[in-house]
Amino acid sequence: MKFSQSPILSQAVPAWRSRLVLLVLLAAFMILVGRSLYLQGFRNDFLKGKGEARYERVLEVSATRGRIADRHGDVLAISTPVKSIWAIPEDARLQPAQIRELAQLLEMNVAELSRKLASDKDFVFIKRQIPPDLAERVAALKLPGIHQQLEYRRYYPAGDLTAHILGFTGVEDAGQEGVELAFNDRLAGKPGSRRVIRDRRGNVVEDVESIREPQDGQDITLALDDKIQYLAYSMLKQAIERHRAKAGGVVVLDAKTGEVLALVNLPTYNPNNRERLIGAQLRNRALTDTFEPGSTMKPFTIALGLEQGKYRYDTPIQTAPGRLTVGNATIHDAHVHGVLTVAQVIQKSSNVGSAKIALSMPAESMWDTFDNLGFGTPLRLGFPGEVGGRLRPWKKWQPIEQATMAYGHGISVTLIQLARAYMVFARDGDLIPLSLTKVDAPPVGGKSVFSAQTAREVRAMLELVVLPGGTAPKAQVAGYRVAGKTGTAHKIEGGGYANKYVASFVGFAPVSDPRLVIAVMVDEPSAGIYYGGDVAAPAFSQVMAGALRTLGVPQDAPLQPISATATPDVKEEM
Amino acid sequence: MARLNLILLAVAVACALSAVAANHRARKLFVELEREQTRMRQLDVEWGQLQLEQSTWANPARIEKIAREKLQMKTPAPGGLFALEPLPRP
Repeated sequence: MKFSQSPILSQAVPAWRSRLVLLVLLAAFMILVGRSLYLQGFRNDFLKGKGEARYERVLEVSATRGRIADRHGDVLAISTPVKSIWAIPEDARLQPAQIRELAQLLEMNVAELSRKLASDKDFVFIKRQIPPDLAERVAALKLPGIHQQLEYRRYYPAGDLTAHILGFTGVEDAGQEGVELAFNDRLAGKPGSRRVIRDRRGNVVEDVESIREPQDGQDITLALDDKIQYLAYSMLKQAIERHRAKAGGVVVLDAKTGEVLALVNLPTYNPNNRERLIGAQLRNRALTDTFEPGSTMKPFTIALGLEQGKYRYDTPIQTAPGRLTVGNATIHDAHVHGVLTVAQVIQKSSNVGSAKIALSMPAESMWDTFDNLGFGTPLRLGFPGEVGGRLRPWKKWQPIEQATMAYGHGISVTLIQLARAYMVFARDGDLIPLSLTKVDAPPVGGKSVFSAQTAREVRAMLELVVLPGGTAPKAQVAGYRVAGKTGTAHKIEGGGYANKYVASFVGFAPVSDPRLVIAVMVDEPSAGIYYGGDVAAPAFSQVMAGALRTLGVPQDAPLQPISATATPDVKEEM
Repeated sequence: MARLNLILLAVAVACALSAVAANHRARKLFVELEREQTRMRQLDVEWGQLQLEQSTWANPARIEKIAREKLQMKTPAPGGLFALEPLPRP
C-alpha cells in the first residue's frame, strides 16, 4: 500500500495540533535565544575569565635581598641565586642507573638518595642550595618527579672577620643576628607577581598586567671600614693568644660622626659555614656582655668633680696611707702614693683618691652623670640581646657603693657603652648617637654632659696616663698624641671577686683634635700578666696606629722612636 | 556604488592585514624585551658574583699574607716613618 493511499491521511486532523507543534518549536527557539543572551550578556565576565585562564598565567617575580657593603663599597654580604632539588617520591620511579647518575651529579651517596626517594612523604628535598649550572645539568637529565626551586643563598666574603657585626640569615632569607636582623626591613626584598599570556611552547608573548611590582631589598652601606676591622681583629687575636685569654672585644668609633668603624669579638665563627656553632662563638660580647669596667670609670668621676667646681686639676688629695675605710669596708691602693694632685690620681690610677672625690659629691649628681653618659640603658642599635648594664638607682646606694663606683666596681657596662662614653672627652663634653651605617654629615648638637673646659682638662690628664710615669706607656703611638685610661678589674664569680681579671684600655687620638675612640677588652688573661696597661694597651696602640694611618689623619707629635720607659712601671690599683 | 564598495573592501582588508602585522611585530618585540630583561637579571647575578669574588680576593688577611710571605714586605719601624706635610698655600 502506497503512503498516499493510507487511510490515516484521510482522517481529519484537528488544526490545533499543527499549531501546538509550531508553538513548541518556537518555545525551544526562544529558550535558545534566551540562553545565548544570558551567556553573552550576563555571564560574560565569568566566561571571559574562564577563557583567559586557558592562556594567561600569573608569574611570581622574585626579589633579591639587599647587599651589605662597608664604607668603601666593598661587599660584605651578598645574595646569589641557587637551586634546590626536590622530588615527589611517588612520581620519581627511577631506574637504578638514573639514580646513580643523579647521585653522581649531586655528589651524594647512592644509598642515601635511594632512601630519600623511597620515603612515603609527598615532598622531599634532595639537595638544597646547589649552584645554578649544576642545577641545569640535573634538569637536562629530564627525570620524572624531580623538580627544582629557586632560592637565594647569602655569602659573607669576609667570613669570621665581620661575623658578629653582620650576623646571618636563615634558610628562608630572613635576618637572624646582627645587622641582618637590625636592618631586616630594609634589606628584605618583596617578591612581586605579574599576569602574562603564554603560547603553546610556554614562552611569554604578552604582558597583561603587573599585579605587584617586585621590590628588591635596599643595599646598606655600613660605617664599618674593613681595613680597620681587619686590624682590630688581628691585633686582638694576637693579644688573646699571647695572654692566653678566654675572649676579647675591640670597638673603634669615629669621634666626629659617631660611626662604628670596627667591632670585633673573639672567639668568632665563620658565617658561611655555621655547622657546629657554639654559644660562646655567637656572642656579640661588645654589645651583650657586661663587665665591671674598673679604673676606666675614674675619668668620669674626676670630670664630675671638676664640673662641680669642687676640684681643679692641681687640687691636692691625700691618698696615704693607701686605704680608706667606708662603713665596714676598706678600699685599698696597692702602692702608697701620699699626696697626689687630681691629675695624678688619674695618671697613677689611685682608688683611694677617686673614692674620696666621689664621696664628696651628692649621689644623685653622680647617678645623673652616669645616666647621661648612657650607662644602665641599652644603646638600641637594633642588635638582638643588647643590654644596658647595671646602674642601681642612687636612692639605694650605700656610701661604699658610691666609693667603689668611682673606680668602676659595683657598676657594669658593655664595651661599646664605655667607648661611647669616652666620646665626651674626645668631643669637648658632648655625646652623639652611634651609627652603624655610614653618616654623610656629622650630627650637630649632641647631648652635652660636661663643659668643654672640663672635657679638655680631663683629656690632658688622660694623656699623662700614656706618658712615662703613667699606667700605660705601651699605648703610645709614634707620631700622634694619645690619651686613654687602663682598667684592670677582678671578675665576679659566684657572688664574690675571683682571681680572674678583665683587662681593658679605652682611649682616643690625636689629642689635639681627637678623631678615633678605641676600646679594647681582654677577658681572663691567664699567662701571668693581667694589667690593662700590659695586655690591652699594646693592642690599642697597634690598632690606633694602623687606623690613623689608614684614615690619613695628620700627625700632631714629632716622629720619634717610642722612648723605652726608663721610669719604673706604674701599676694601677685594683 | 559597487566601485565604492570594492574600494572600501580593499581598505578594510589592508587595515586587517596591518593590524595582524602590528600585533605580530609587537609580540616579537615583546619576546625580545623579555630576553633582554632575563639577560639583565643574569648580568646582575653575575655582577654580584664578581663582587663576591673581588671581595674574596681583596680579603685583608690574604693581602697581608701575600705581602709578608711572598713579597717579603714588613711594617716600617717607628723610626723609619716620615710624614710629608702639604706645603702651606701661598
